[in-house]
Amino acid sequence: MKKEELPQDPSALTGITRELCYVKDNSGKYTTGLSSGWQVKKDALENAWDAIKEKTEAARLMVKNGQKSPVYYFMELKLMDFPVLSGYTGFWIFSIKRHLKPAVFDTLSEKKLRIYANAFDITVEELKNFKG
Amino acid sequence: MEKEFNHLQTAHCENGVATSLLRYHGLDFMTEPLAFGMGSGLFYIHLPFLTISGGPAISYRTGPGWIFSRASKALGIEINRKKFSNEAEAQDYLDDKIKDGSPVGCQVGVFNLPYFPPEYRFHFNAHNLIVYGKENGQYLISDPVMEGVTKLSENDMQKVRFAKGPLAPKGLIYYPVNIKPVTKEIINRAIVKGITKNTKDMLHTPVFFLGVSGIKYTSSQIRKWRDKLGPRKAGLYLGQIVRMQEEIGTGGGGFRFIYAAFLEQAAAILKKDELLPVSEDITRAGDLWRQGAVQMGRIYKGRINNEQQDFNVCADLLLEIADIEKQAFKKLDKMKFD
Repeated sequence: MKKEELPQDPSALTGITRELCYVKDNSGKYTTGLSSGWQVKKDALENAWDAIKEKTEAARLMVKNGQKSPVYYFMELKLMDFPVLSGYTGFWIFSIKRHLKPAVFDTLSEKKLRIYANAFDITVEELKNFKG
Repeated sequence: MEKEFNHLQTAHCENGVATSLLRYHGLDFMTEPLAFGMGSGLFYIHLPFLTISGGPAISYRTGPGWIFSRASKALGIEINRKKFSNEAEAQDYLDDKIKDGSPVGCQVGVFNLPYFPPEYRFHFNAHNLIVYGKENGQYLISDPVMEGVTKLSENDMQKVRFAKGPLAPKGLIYYPVNIKPVTKEIINRAIVKGITKNTKDMLHTPVFFLGVSGIKYTSSQIRKWRDKLGPRKAGLYLGQIVRMQEEIGTGGGGFRFIYAAFLEQAAAILKKDELLPVSEDITRAGDLWRQGAVQMGRIYKGRINNEQQDFNVCADLLLEIADIEKQAFKKLDKMKFD
């Protein structure tokens, strides 16, 4: 890629930083240039966020309809998957899967709820009282 | 602080930490491409049967931490690495280290990294930054992907050092020790060693999802995605390929161009012009990777209006790239270095 071809599209980095890229100067030698962003990447990132928002909204509805516990919603909201949530809570993945069932969630001890709340960076009240 | 620390912006975080720390300790010749090349950083990995944030698990470079450890080993420099189970101990150790005046590298997660744009904060735990001091309870941070220096509070620092999940940093701190003078011969040898190792990785790793074979594997997968996952999800998978390839905060960073720049610098240092055409080949591969990203972008932006034919174009491009990279590394494989 030539230096003058380096994309300078607005992106989520605008106002925060620019990315350093290796590009060719006019004599064909490598140099570096700064890019404010690239539309192709911006689209990929926006697409990923659209998918996250859809999944979070679907999770909210499932909690509202009593199909899933609030753990499921906050897991989606905080972009977590099972290995990540297991890392933050110390719970086994199969335990977390059980805790996604509203009936099991209702029996969780205060201590376990606190561990989940800490992992999601919310209060126990916010977790317990989330109704969708 | 005995010696002034200079912030250096690089394309990729681990290269950047390696380059900055080695330069600080007197290795003035060090550049990001040299660190990447000596560390045989170029690679391709597509882990089958595994998804990351609901998409394919792909990497365009070698595993986290390996670039720095291989490059320093090739130069005969020892790296001290320390992980912690106790968070308070990790903080004390860091505070002690920077009190000495020497900058240190830290592995961190980006989910809670406050100076990153929110859009980039995923649970990616293999980011690297340099801590070079502490002022009024704030850590002074040189993050290689940022244009300038930043700061982190004690609380934020603990959060990012003890991010959890896959590749959890566990407070990892690292820095070079016992640095001896590096001679011209050692530099030359480290470059050759890096090239040889990288050639072996790309061509002769007998695993179908690694190196050049890995690129072909992705190509064959792309052909199946639309039928298997439906157009929408297949498009999202392509988006993830692009993000892993190019994006900061995911481990991306245009690695083909960094490697091409390395070969150009290596040609000058080793006085070996034969390396220049190979540098051109890798540049061509880098350009095609970007062209591939544009094609993938057309698909994921169109969302529903994508046809099998469009996926085939991407898959064919990847086959072309695989071939170019294969031929380039074959040239390196045959080259004689004295």
